[in-house]
Amino acid sequence: MQTVKMVVTGPFNSGKTEFIQTVSEIDVVSTERKISAEAEKVKESTTVAMDFGRITVDDQLVLYLFGTPGQKRFDFMWEILSEGMLGFIVMIDSTRPETFREARSILETFRAYAPTPYVVAANKQDMDDAWDVEDMRIALRLENDVPLLSAVARDKESVKTVLIELLTNILNEISG
Amino acid sequence: MALKGNLRDFTITQLLNLVNLAKKTGTLVVEGANQSARITFREGKLAYAEISNEDNGLGAVLHKNKIITRAQYNTISKRAKTISDKELGLMLINAGYVDQRDVIISLQNHFMDILQRLFSWVEGIFYFNPGETPPPDRIPIKMDLENIIIEGSRRLREWEQLQDELPNLDLALKFTDRPGVNIQNLNMSVEEWKVVSYINPKNTIRQIGKAAKMSEMEIRRVVYSLLQAGLVELVRPEGMVRTLPGLDQTMAGKSKEEQENLVNRLIGRIRQL
Repeated sequence: MQTVKMVVTGPFNSGKTEFIQTVSEIDVVSTERKISAEAEKVKESTTVAMDFGRITVDDQLVLYLFGTPGQKRFDFMWEILSEGMLGFIVMIDSTRPETFREARSILETFRAYAPTPYVVAANKQDMDDAWDVEDMRIALRLENDVPLLSAVARDKESVKTVLIELLTNILNEISG
Repeated sequence: MALKGNLRDFTITQLLNLVNLAKKTGTLVVEGANQSARITFREGKLAYAEISNEDNGLGAVLHKNKIITRAQYNTISKRAKTISDKELGLMLINAGYVDQRDVIISLQNHFMDILQRLFSWVEGIFYFNPGETPPPDRIPIKMDLENIIIEGSRRLREWEQLQDELPNLDLALKFTDRPGVNIQNLNMSVEEWKVVSYINPKNTIRQIGKAAKMSEMEIRRVVYSLLQAGLVELVRPEGMVRTLPGLDQTMAGKSKEEQENLVNRLIGRIRQL
């Protein structure tokens, strides 16, 4: 049995756990804890080590999806989780411009040490106060060739589109 | 789609950068603690600006720029209630009090003054009304934003803020491909020109700072202004060593066909979900 993995990263509360839950065939192994910091109390619990989801391809191949913890104080986990990944997805909450700076920093960190393909997912695009994807591209300083996709983490078709886009980029890189 | 937020998280300089690069048309409304401002753009260029609780009329603008006297301003103020700025401008030009250049430069100075004041606002709600044009009785202008953005970026002096904006000095810079922007026309300082001369995907920001004899804070500030003005972008320096294995190592031991087969199986499975 061969296993491959992809990593889902992004700022706190950007929707990483939900993204993995939407397509995982097992209940996501989530290491969530109740939130203690006042500033982070926009949700009840958060990921402190990793989320872990699985998609069985056939009897010889399994894809694992790993979600990194969003808060910067757990960034020592990022590199450990990213070892051996095929590619990564950076999730960003389109309704919270206050997290764009951190998203940029996470993206730059990952790009600096991980020479694998990646895509950026502008999550929560179904919300009224979501920023336009092209405005986000400028705010995040993403070059035009970086794939930036509109996404809704709780919508299976949307998650599939993001994963297929990343896999297509991986395929293109292999094909040269 | 919404373009709104708080200046605490997204500065005026960043907003101007966004408007400039996206070539937006519409009005940016900023509500600060004591005043609010409305800045109108047309295809990414500054068209008009006004600030609350102040006289933004042409008479006041010309007086502030010492083009007309206080007595003339007082006379105009009485009449200006019934005529538009456009009519007033024409009247003053025809009467020989001012010429068109005086009007345009005075308006540019006034709008710049409003934007420069906005640079100091650290708190405030902003939102963008797409398509909203200047009030019909006002005189719109057309002003490039790059120099205004560079000026605004120079004011970002706090170390923490600069560090957040540009956390990694081991990245390199390259010029963006933006037709219509001529770097020669920008009002850059000696330090900024010095940095520009070293820009090359082989040189990290840290190396540029060292070569230009700048402190980390100085180089961060200069690079931040160039980034905000949309003149450069961050790239991985050529030959940079990564700490994690690339695809070739992750898939080591497999032929190209086997690698492609594996990814195609993953794509096929996800499509079926």
